[in-house]
Amino acid sequence: MDPKTTSRRSLLGVALGAPLAGAALAACGSSGPTQTGAGGGNAGGGGGGGGSGAATYWFLSGQPQQAVREDTVKRFNSANSGNQIASTEFQNDAYKTKIKTALGAGQGPTVIWGWGGGTLREYVKNNQVVDLTDWFSSNADQKSRRFPASFQAATVNGKIYALPAETVTPILFYWNKKVLDKIGVSAIPQDWNGIMQYVDKANSKGVAPFSLGGQSRWTNMMWLEFLLDRIGGSQVFQNVFDGKANAWSDPAVTDMLTKVQDLVKANGFIKGFSSITADSNADQAVFYTGKAGAVLHGAWIYGNLKTAGGDLVTGGHLEYSNFPKVSSSDKGDPSDTVGNPGQYYSINAKSPSNQQDIAKKFFGSTVLDDAEVQKWISTGSVPLIKGSDSKFPSGPDGDFLKFVYDVSSKAKSFAQSWDQALSPTQAETLLDNIAKLFQLSITPEQWIANMNKAIGS
Amino acid sequence: MTTLAPPVATGRAATGGGGGAVKGATVTWMTLPALAIFAVFALLPLLGVLLLSFTTWTGLGAIQPSGLTSWRAVLSDPGLPHALWITFKIMIFTWVIQTPLSILLGVFMAGHQRYREFLAALFFIPLLLSSAAIAVAYKALLDPNFGLGPGLHLAFLTQDWLGNGTLAFWAVMFIVSWQYIPFHSLIYQGAVRQIPKSMYEAAMLDGAGRIRQFFSLTLPQLRYTIITSSTLMIVGALTFFDLIFVLTAGGPADATRNLALDMYIRGFQGNQMGLASAIATILVVIGLALALLLRRLGGSGSQLEGA
Repeated sequence: MDPKTTSRRSLLGVALGAPLAGAALAACGSSGPTQTGAGGGNAGGGGGGGGSGAATYWFLSGQPQQAVREDTVKRFNSANSGNQIASTEFQNDAYKTKIKTALGAGQGPTVIWGWGGGTLREYVKNNQVVDLTDWFSSNADQKSRRFPASFQAATVNGKIYALPAETVTPILFYWNKKVLDKIGVSAIPQDWNGIMQYVDKANSKGVAPFSLGGQSRWTNMMWLEFLLDRIGGSQVFQNVFDGKANAWSDPAVTDMLTKVQDLVKANGFIKGFSSITADSNADQAVFYTGKAGAVLHGAWIYGNLKTAGGDLVTGGHLEYSNFPKVSSSDKGDPSDTVGNPGQYYSINAKSPSNQQDIAKKFFGSTVLDDAEVQKWISTGSVPLIKGSDSKFPSGPDGDFLKFVYDVSSKAKSFAQSWDQALSPTQAETLLDNIAKLFQLSITPEQWIANMNKAIGS
Repeated sequence: MTTLAPPVATGRAATGGGGGAVKGATVTWMTLPALAIFAVFALLPLLGVLLLSFTTWTGLGAIQPSGLTSWRAVLSDPGLPHALWITFKIMIFTWVIQTPLSILLGVFMAGHQRYREFLAALFFIPLLLSSAAIAVAYKALLDPNFGLGPGLHLAFLTQDWLGNGTLAFWAVMFIVSWQYIPFHSLIYQGAVRQIPKSMYEAAMLDGAGRIRQFFSLTLPQLRYTIITSSTLMIVGALTFFDLIFVLTAGGPADATRNLALDMYIRGFQGNQMGLASAIATILVVIGLALALLLRRLGGSGSQLEGA
């Protein structure tokens, strides 16, 4: 072997290996967050909590919410020239991974945007977030002006670790009245039998009964959450949440799983639902273009239905309802709802104290102030502030906001979405098994066995 | 990710050592920077992954040593044989589909005719796109409601391409082939152009036709190129991630969840870094074994064209 061959071969080795390694590295990278805010005040490229100076704040991109968050930061920065916040925006799924990795590496932002519940519990367990209980006792009005139900997902072992913020978004049924008229359905279904009859009727007229972004998996989960709450009451999932052994073995769970698989078998969901994603709003597009007659989705989609949905909202063709009862033998309360009782801002315990002070000032002065409340209302959302209904406009938007406000404030139980209430490990097992359930690749019995195994993990 | 290091590792470690032995210390020191980078970015993380696989870690907080817990959990999970099977299937079909097509295209493009050079330029377009961009584009094209089929009202294109387990697997295979065949064709094109013209002239004098020339002359001369290209394909197919992640996220259910995705989902979505590290270790071992096996198949004789 002469050196010439050697060098050429090793060069080839490097050259061939490089694209592979590059591709792999690219896969691990973040999807290009955009950094804005305090005009480069924080030069640290990672935006980590290491440097002093401006506090950092990471949140989700996606309109219309993104604009409201940006505006709040901007107003805080212009009102506090000495205390600046530099914000970085991330796409939903990228953020979930990024924030975890950053916190684990001690590079997290000062203000952590989150969903509360299981993820927050994990932060608390690892001393990643600041206890805000004292802050709430010295700022009692900040506690009393928020919906009491919003604090449940912010509380771990009796202490408050997050500021409930932004909007309350229960999950609702949305119906396209143009489609209902076309297929001859005059009233929306009032129970599960009614839903199955609607499915048959829609399918016989060549319209998909329900849109579903099945690749996102949590979309499928919303159906299970309501079915279980209606059939078995809120205690069944509470047992799972509390980590009781074999909590999924409740007969109501079998009933829920069987009903959902019946719905899938009856072509209740649009063809190809397993490859539709909710992140791209493709499931909403299927609904507002009239390819499907209804969709079960969060209150947060109203704004997009209005702007992207042609005359669906403006023409008065949109109807919405709470999930109906399942049958007369239901144990759950028909006023119950599930969804996001709020979004949750926490303070990184590892950030320097001057940054923590800026964050607390931000929480107390600008977050959900009157201007932000007004902004949320104008995007078609209900801020989790008591009495915000007095600011609702009249007309169709006001009617929707009023409906959401009533569903949220009158619900006997406002349950947090399962995947956010449970620990990330258990949530992943749950979503994985839900996807298989909807794909009909496992039976209800297998589902229960798999999920019982994951309890407490 | 560290798991992709093996092909580089074996190639470089083996040849670097050989070169140094012949030429002596004067050349050896030149490999030091590369070795240092390799150690820091490949060997150290690899060691870290191996150690992590004997721990329980959520990615936050303290790392708890837990012996064989993660390994037991991974090896007893029915998800592992499934992910292995998907990985294996992807590997086999990547090779079976891409190799013949790449050789044919490579031979075709090796000709110096104008139209062939023009077509060759077109064939390389997929090489210019990132996997994520390709996945996003195909996801839109294959959408069951707004994609190419429904848009053009073509019934045979209006399938549940990514929502049906079997179809989704073949859709992935098609897109992967579309993406990588140009690359391998490029390798074959270069190899074919290196075959001495005199050999073809001799074959023609012996009365060999085009097809006979291809099978008796071109193919045997491409032997080492086939092994190089196959190594890249097979070891690369072991770790396909980005395209599948964007396209199907391993779905529907787990129909396209290969080992690399399984590792990512367990580690970064399920917060089980110990389990994910055990899977990563399995990936590394399989990758190394395959790379070694393919080197063996290649033998150690020198190539005629390179002598």
